Amino acid sequence: MSTTGRIIGVNGNMITVEFEGAVGQNEVAFARQGELRLMSEVVRIRGRHADLQVFEDTTGLAVGDAVEFTGEMLSVELGPGLLTRIFDGLQNPLPNLAEQCGFFLQRGMYLPALPRDTGWEFTPTAKVGDRVSAADTLGTVPEGIFKHRIMVPFRMRDVLTVEEIAAPGRYRIEDVVARLKDEQGEIHEIRMLQRWPVKLPIQAYAERLRPRDPLVTKIRIIDTFFPVARGGTYCIPGPFGAGKTVLQQLTSRYADVDVVIIAACGERAGEVVETLREFPTINDPRTGKSLMERTVIICNTSSMPVASREASVYTAVTLAEYYRQMGLHVLLLADSTSRWAQALREMSGRLEEIPGEEAFPAYLESVIAGFYERGGVVTLKDGSVGSVTIGGTVSPAGGNFDEPVTQSTLKVVGAFHGLSRARSDARRYPAIDPLDSWSKYASVVSDHDVAMARQMLQRGNEINQMMKVVGEEGTVIEDFMVYLKAEYLDAVYLQQDAYDAVDCATTSERQQYVFSVLLRVLRAKMKFDGKDAARQFFHRLTQATRDWNRMAMEAGEFKKQQVRLEAMLAEVSSHA
Amino acid sequence: MHKVYHRVDNIAGNVVNVKARGVKYRELAEITSRRVSSLAQVIRLEGDSVSLQVFAGARGIATDAHVRFLGHPMQVPFSDDLLGRVFTGSAMPRDKGPALKDGLIEIGGPSVNPAKRIIPRNMVRTGIPMIDVFNTLVESQKLPIFARAGEPYNPLLARIALQAEVDVIVLGGMGLKHDDYLSFRDTLEENGALGRAVMFVHTAADPVVECLLVPDICLAVAEQFALANKRVLVLLTDMTNFADALKEISITMEQVPSNRGYPGDLYSQLAARYEKAVDFDTAGSITILAATTMPGDDVTHPVPDNTGYITEGQFYLRNGRIEPFGSLSRLKQQVNGKSREDHRAIMNAMIQLYAGYREVLEKQSMGFRMSAWDQKLLKYGARFEKEMMDLTVNIPLEGALDLGWKILADCFEAVETGIPSKLAEKFWPKKEGEKKT
Repeated sequence: MSTTGRIIGVNGNMITVEFEGAVGQNEVAFARQGELRLMSEVVRIRGRHADLQVFEDTTGLAVGDAVEFTGEMLSVELGPGLLTRIFDGLQNPLPNLAEQCGFFLQRGMYLPALPRDTGWEFTPTAKVGDRVSAADTLGTVPEGIFKHRIMVPFRMRDVLTVEEIAAPGRYRIEDVVARLKDEQGEIHEIRMLQRWPVKLPIQAYAERLRPRDPLVTKIRIIDTFFPVARGGTYCIPGPFGAGKTVLQQLTSRYADVDVVIIAACGERAGEVVETLREFPTINDPRTGKSLMERTVIICNTSSMPVASREASVYTAVTLAEYYRQMGLHVLLLADSTSRWAQALREMSGRLEEIPGEEAFPAYLESVIAGFYERGGVVTLKDGSVGSVTIGGTVSPAGGNFDEPVTQSTLKVVGAFHGLSRARSDARRYPAIDPLDSWSKYASVVSDHDVAMARQMLQRGNEINQMMKVVGEEGTVIEDFMVYLKAEYLDAVYLQQDAYDAVDCATTSERQQYVFSVLLRVLRAKMKFDGKDAARQFFHRLTQATRDWNRMAMEAGEFKKQQVRLEAMLAEVSSHA
Repeated sequence: MHKVYHRVDNIAGNVVNVKARGVKYRELAEITSRRVSSLAQVIRLEGDSVSLQVFAGARGIATDAHVRFLGHPMQVPFSDDLLGRVFTGSAMPRDKGPALKDGLIEIGGPSVNPAKRIIPRNMVRTGIPMIDVFNTLVESQKLPIFARAGEPYNPLLARIALQAEVDVIVLGGMGLKHDDYLSFRDTLEENGALGRAVMFVHTAADPVVECLLVPDICLAVAEQFALANKRVLVLLTDMTNFADALKEISITMEQVPSNRGYPGDLYSQLAARYEKAVDFDTAGSITILAATTMPGDDVTHPVPDNTGYITEGQFYLRNGRIEPFGSLSRLKQQVNGKSREDHRAIMNAMIQLYAGYREVLEKQSMGFRMSAWDQKLLKYGARFEKEMMDLTVNIPLEGALDLGWKILADCFEAVETGIPSKLAEKFWPKKEGEKKT
């Protein structure tokens, strides 16, 4: 029944196969090398020849080796037990692979993503006779801190009738928990486990909404100046060393969402290790449980097979959509989308397609757009709201944003956090450029105040540029004050110390509070005897405000320090 | 399966084509012609046409050359006998010692399972303040030195190798000048480190393609040492030559180039090597230091650019000094919180002030009047360059931190440095006759 073929060419991780029978685009196949079965995906079909990208190292494959086609597209397993886990791009659980193979990843080892023998406490919510359709809830099981919904498989097209539903009790994911009858009278057995092809979006919701509510990342420059909305999309392009990954790590820790999915795509393994070793030991202040309880890590680092990089971002977004279907707010962090684009470029080169700009394939833009469009906030059929927010880093060649991946991404995202080398060199972290970045979403403070602050930053920068030409002595004191105020705002608000226990995360309430105090400084009319006195005052004020940032808001010293700050301000304010 | 083929169809660059059956991808072959003989590796299969990359170069290969497929990919011998030895880029003895045949291991093996890695936690002390204080090197880190040709990156590598406490040093030379190779060898020998070192050296005079093997061989050997509980330091110099060899092969194979002629998979190729740096949770570790020369001193050149995205930071070597800007050790946060409580504060304050100094220099060169603050920065910058940045400075971390406080106190008031008040109270050196505030 299944189609088979023989290898007739090997070029890097691409094999060309001559086949008999029917083969579909994006179908999964296995190349046989003795006992070894190497997973691959059809990327092009020409007559009786199919080109396949192999998700593994192809060393040792020879012309004439057999290939088995499966008839299925690349799919992931969905069901309880995904949270806290670490998968590779093809959803193999990495710790289990380590148990089986030791230190190194072995080719051709594929393990089931979800544990088969774990029992889950099932509570039915549907009754016999109910009319249900795809994604309707049949029952729930507790998964860590969430109620995991067991849903009618998303692939079902008809309205079905519940013929039978399991009694409350413990079931494994492959046990039948319900039997549904479709319109043709056929009975479908429903298990907790379902599969879904990663490249197709899950669309079993009632309505897609406009992203409005802010997603608080607790990073001041983001939440106040360049906010992200739940269900929105944003990108962080930046040259290497500008702090993309630290920013992503901070967001994955402190962001105010239910579930975080981290897709480490073609980046350093060390960074993933930090996450996976540290998260279990960090408590999520919202739930009191470890951060790992809300996290799934998809890890396909740079030395792992290139073809599964592409799979890894799709695997991640599919898992995100799955949890969205439970009325949860999910944040997907993809680091870095450029590596995935490069994987596309490698394959396109091997296919000898006509290259576009910088040898990226011509379809790069539509592929990127299709990915970010899977983010969004939706109302589900039961009226609850769920969202997938996508934040992707981009690693532009040479740090130059005028390159195809950055440009294609900018067209489709709602916020742009551009990191700048100049800021990171000056150790001004997070190095998000306050002049270049933008966001289409609403801030946690009033947009009017933000506009005023941004204008001051802009003006301060202009004056700074001007001073480089005309010198400090050629600058009037009023302009000089604007420059100092802009620098002050930068130093105490835009910059944030990721390694300080308090300063690393600022809640939206604290942002509103602190920002209102800073606004008074920015608006104050001050009088100084000369520029040196002004500079000295701002040195002291900056120092005092930074100390304030390091004090917990509940602590008594926080109020005291604020009194001190206000006294300092009163001293120099002119009330004329 | 050791059938010999006699008919070479095409020879282009360093790639030859033969018609053969039953050949495996990446398999090794021995190619012998009248004048030359060399190892070659299968890099493409297309029907019964096999493309081979010839390590010694295709020069002198004739269409009647004999091609014998060996049935296995590239292997190197591994044993403790490697220590103290020098080999060529294809693992043949370069010194007068015997060829080693035992314990063959395959090179370019699979990637380490991320779940088996641990967070790096040990600082590598180098005695260089620009590294120890500002960009601490950490065991299992992968770090390149970006430099223009002509900068002393090789002596710097050798110095770090000697001062770092490691069990085994593996040196991989790619396109290394013969003099540089000799000076590496002599430096190691004079300091008694040759006995814990193994060198795979491809010199500038050797065929270009041969240097493609060097990183893989070095890292395969390093991996075996690490699995045997050794802390291994791998020095690779110069990775730009490696990338250029990749470029040459890919152009010969008519691949679509992505950026300045380099192949689209340059990032993956480099990453596959650098990612071998690892701290195993129950065995030893591999730390990789590489030299990457920047053609035209341009960091946006594809080789340093891709490298920077892969490695855990980079050191810029400019005018014989490690530049404080741009140089970065991504792993420093893992260790510099534990070294001494003032480490981070000193690091941040001194760099921010030095950035201020550079701005003032610019102003000064344009002839503007220097304010009181500018004067302070000028005084500070000069001392910083002399007492911290100079590569001849050789002091342990603690000494360097104390020196940092001293320089700051000589130039500034504590509030001007941006150091958290609590730390300043504790560490700020008291001037004579001054009361504690």
